[in-house]
Amino acid sequence: MTMLFYGLLTGIFFGFFLQKGRVLRYDKQIGALRLLDMTIVKFMLSHIVVAMIGVYFLYDMGLVKLSLKPLILGGVILGGLLFGIGWGLLGYCPGTSLGAIGEGRIDAVWGILGMLVGAGIYAEAFPYMQKTVLTWGNYGKITIPQLLGINHWLIIIPFVILVLMLFRYFERKGL
Amino acid sequence: MNDKNGWNPYLAGALSGFVSIGSVFFVGKYLGASTSFVKTTGMIEQMFSADRVSKMPYFMKEIPAIDWQWMFVLGIAIGAFIAARMSGDFKMQVLPDMWVEKFGKDKQRRAIIAFVGGIIAMFGVRLADGCPSGHGLSGGLQLSASSYIALVCFFIGGLISANYLYRKGGVKK
Repeated sequence: MTMLFYGLLTGIFFGFFLQKGRVLRYDKQIGALRLLDMTIVKFMLSHIVVAMIGVYFLYDMGLVKLSLKPLILGGVILGGLLFGIGWGLLGYCPGTSLGAIGEGRIDAVWGILGMLVGAGIYAEAFPYMQKTVLTWGNYGKITIPQLLGINHWLIIIPFVILVLMLFRYFERKGL
Repeated sequence: MNDKNGWNPYLAGALSGFVSIGSVFFVGKYLGASTSFVKTTGMIEQMFSADRVSKMPYFMKEIPAIDWQWMFVLGIAIGAFIAARMSGDFKMQVLPDMWVEKFGKDKQRRAIIAFVGGIIAMFGVRLADGCPSGHGLSGGLQLSASSYIALVCFFIGGLISANYLYRKGGVKK
């Protein structure tokens, strides 16, 4: 019960910032995919940079655990491309579709209905996927620093610098 | 489009990053959204054939019930509603502006494309085991190798379909 409450509270905060950052909009999501407007990329990378530094700092102190998704090349590449194609048609992702409704963007309802159907189809296909796509190139739960065998800060610091350079580029180009 | 009341996306994104840190620190939960769609579908299917659902391997893995993430996803809608009302941004809108510019006020075409897009997107996201929140943000901040590959594929797929949909000529208003 407490967990449910925390979930709701976390969602409210997250939805609040998503709305304030204007990322819940079809025009912003498709704008990014048409390379016209990088709002969602700015939002995502700012989130990643802040949370990466914070979570790895806590991780070094032994206060938090990582929770990684396994690297299965077949699933990640095929699934990722399929998701992208659907995303470019729908203009919302699973999280932002609910937020879009909160903002009054009714067309997200069609997307949510489609996603529920898609989840049902995947549940039917899962045993087959488990025997095929999900066996292709399984490298387990691994991070980039683990893959390279180096300390995570040696990735985090250059990552942050690269992101800041990218932000500067966006602002110069007015994206 | 009302753009005045929004915040700088860097600021909003950075503040949302603290939500992620807080959630990981206090509850041990990384943000994600797409599993909740599986659980909702499972709960709906249970109403019609509980026996069948209980024997399906995917619903044994993702048990159809309301959990932390389900409430999180619900919270996103509430938080967005609060923010939109507070800044006077809330507006019932059936068609996005960009859509109207290209395709006119064709609601039926938007409904079909959004619905089909939703089916493809969710099938893909479950195969990839995460969405732009679960892979993109949570995986990205952990420097997860799978998440960066997923993120690149998300954008490649999206570049293809969005630019095809909005190609020059081809589609009549």
